[in-house]
Amino acid sequence: MKKFLLLVVAVLVVIGLVILPWVAPYFYIFIGIEILILGLFAVSFNLIFGYTGMLSFGHAAFFGIGAYATAMLLKWLAWPLLACLLVAIVMGVLLALIIGYLSVRLDEVYFAMLTLAFGMMVFAVVHQWRSVTNGSDGISGFQVKSLGLGIDVMLANPAVYYHVVLVIVALALAVLYLICRSSFGLILKAIQQNPERVAFCGLNIRHYRLAAFTISGGFSALAGGLMVPFLRIASPELAHWTMSAEPVLMSILGGAGYFLGPLFGAGVFVLLKTVITTYTEAWMLVLGIILSIMVMFFRRGLLGTFLDRWLEKS
Amino acid sequence: MSGIVLALLNSLDIGLLLFIIAVGLNIVFGVLNVINFAHGALYMFGAYIAYSCIAVLGLSFWLTLVVAPILVAALAVIIDRVMLRFIYDREVTDSLLLTFGLLLILNESVRQIWGTGIHVVEPPAGLEGSITLFSGVTYPTYSLFVMLVGLLVLVGLWYLFNHTRTGRVMRAAALDHDMAQVLCINTRLVVTGAFAFGAWLAAVGGVVAAPMRAIDPGMGDKIIIESFIVVVIGGLGNFPGTLLGAIILGLLHGFGGRYLPGIHLVLPFIGMAVVLLIKPRGLLSKGATS
Repeated sequence: MKKFLLLVVAVLVVIGLVILPWVAPYFYIFIGIEILILGLFAVSFNLIFGYTGMLSFGHAAFFGIGAYATAMLLKWLAWPLLACLLVAIVMGVLLALIIGYLSVRLDEVYFAMLTLAFGMMVFAVVHQWRSVTNGSDGISGFQVKSLGLGIDVMLANPAVYYHVVLVIVALALAVLYLICRSSFGLILKAIQQNPERVAFCGLNIRHYRLAAFTISGGFSALAGGLMVPFLRIASPELAHWTMSAEPVLMSILGGAGYFLGPLFGAGVFVLLKTVITTYTEAWMLVLGIILSIMVMFFRRGLLGTFLDRWLEKS
Repeated sequence: MSGIVLALLNSLDIGLLLFIIAVGLNIVFGVLNVINFAHGALYMFGAYIAYSCIAVLGLSFWLTLVVAPILVAALAVIIDRVMLRFIYDREVTDSLLLTFGLLLILNESVRQIWGTGIHVVEPPAGLEGSITLFSGVTYPTYSLFVMLVGLLVLVGLWYLFNHTRTGRVMRAAALDHDMAQVLCINTRLVVTGAFAFGAWLAAVGGVVAAPMRAIDPGMGDKIIIESFIVVVIGGLGNFPGTLLGAIILGLLHGFGGRYLPGIHLVLPFIGMAVVLLIKPRGLLSKGATS
């Protein structure tokens, strides 16, 4: 019965997401795009956080490199968007391989410090290397001419871009879900619960953690790439540690224990941000307070706490 | 020749200041088993409070050097009682998350209270200007003073941890929390005290840095990343390692800034990567790898 109810809710949400551009004003289309992209970012972050149990404070590096790769290819080579996104994923995977190789060698404490440090290194490079990245001005003034694969759509229209984002994010989430459900995903969960025991089973924890980190980096870069046609600029802020804080908060807000928790968290996050920034400039202050309160008292997140209680009662 | 001497002095200057910050981070980690991501923000608070005391209230630098760190330590006690005590018994990930939330709160508070502009504090009377050390080498007097403070902290900590009861109690609590409690040590007090002491050290660094560095809302981020690099190079919880790491990072800055200006920003990270590849637990770790 409860499973059926959940299914009904899920179908309704999907229908709502598909018809949104036809029923809602432009403002909500923009919010929808932001939620979808940041949701993908948060879900891929959660592969390493909620599933593998490693807290990364440097995921903006992958988001940023994906955004810059896409923006540069659009500006200088005028490639179709899908090709740019593919390169963005490859760049994210390569960067995650390097940073991950150095960061997964020790425990969670080192991992958190190292990901933040290497993340800020990427930010410093983006910010200072003016001849390539155009420094603090960022890369803008490009046009998205075509999507690729011979699909003819008007990408400049936000309603159309919303649907493009919806399809790509849905596909990416499906792949991530399959990864989480696979035996590989189960091993990651086992590592999160008891690394020593997994090691005693003869599995190399370091390899699994690195693989999870790399996959996570690739999907984060895809999210970053999708953000570029929407923002029409790739700026260093996309690689700053405050950007790394966003998927952390979304995962905590929604609940890191469920696959879609971070996506739900992204929805709450973007709506909260939209409301709060109309009242005060100090959005980061509110963010920090919410994060702290969630960690202290609602560690399972909003969706997580709800689902825990609701599913338990059966 | 004088170029090398100047680069060396700069290295020591940067390195010893960094030592003050990173050693506080390490003390808090040793006793609480918490990496305080907001440690750099506390350093920044020290510098901003120093600005308010000196430039706005007109207090003397020396009084500020006493008052500002105490204020920040008091803030740390409040943080410990209001936030950290909830997660003492939780997994290490939760403490990382919570101090990260604290970092966001403190960083934005600084922007709200003091604005986003750059503030400047003048060095105190007697320490402004430069002095000639020997033929052809002149160096800012204040930077020499910073080195002196770094050395005093170094000696003071050595004495504290080796020759006083307080220091031994802290070491005992760090080594075996439960056993210390059984031996009638009030570990709660030690934990709160260690957190406040770490914050005090960060704020001392902040006040001392105020007259020679620009005070801006990004200064905390910079110093926390550098402290992490120091701690990784030297090894978490390793005090001689912290000194070594701080000096190495100082040298990378001092000489890199002078001789390799193009890439000196990424030099510390390259250094950290090399150490991670060779000795993942820090240069002074005892051979055993992960």
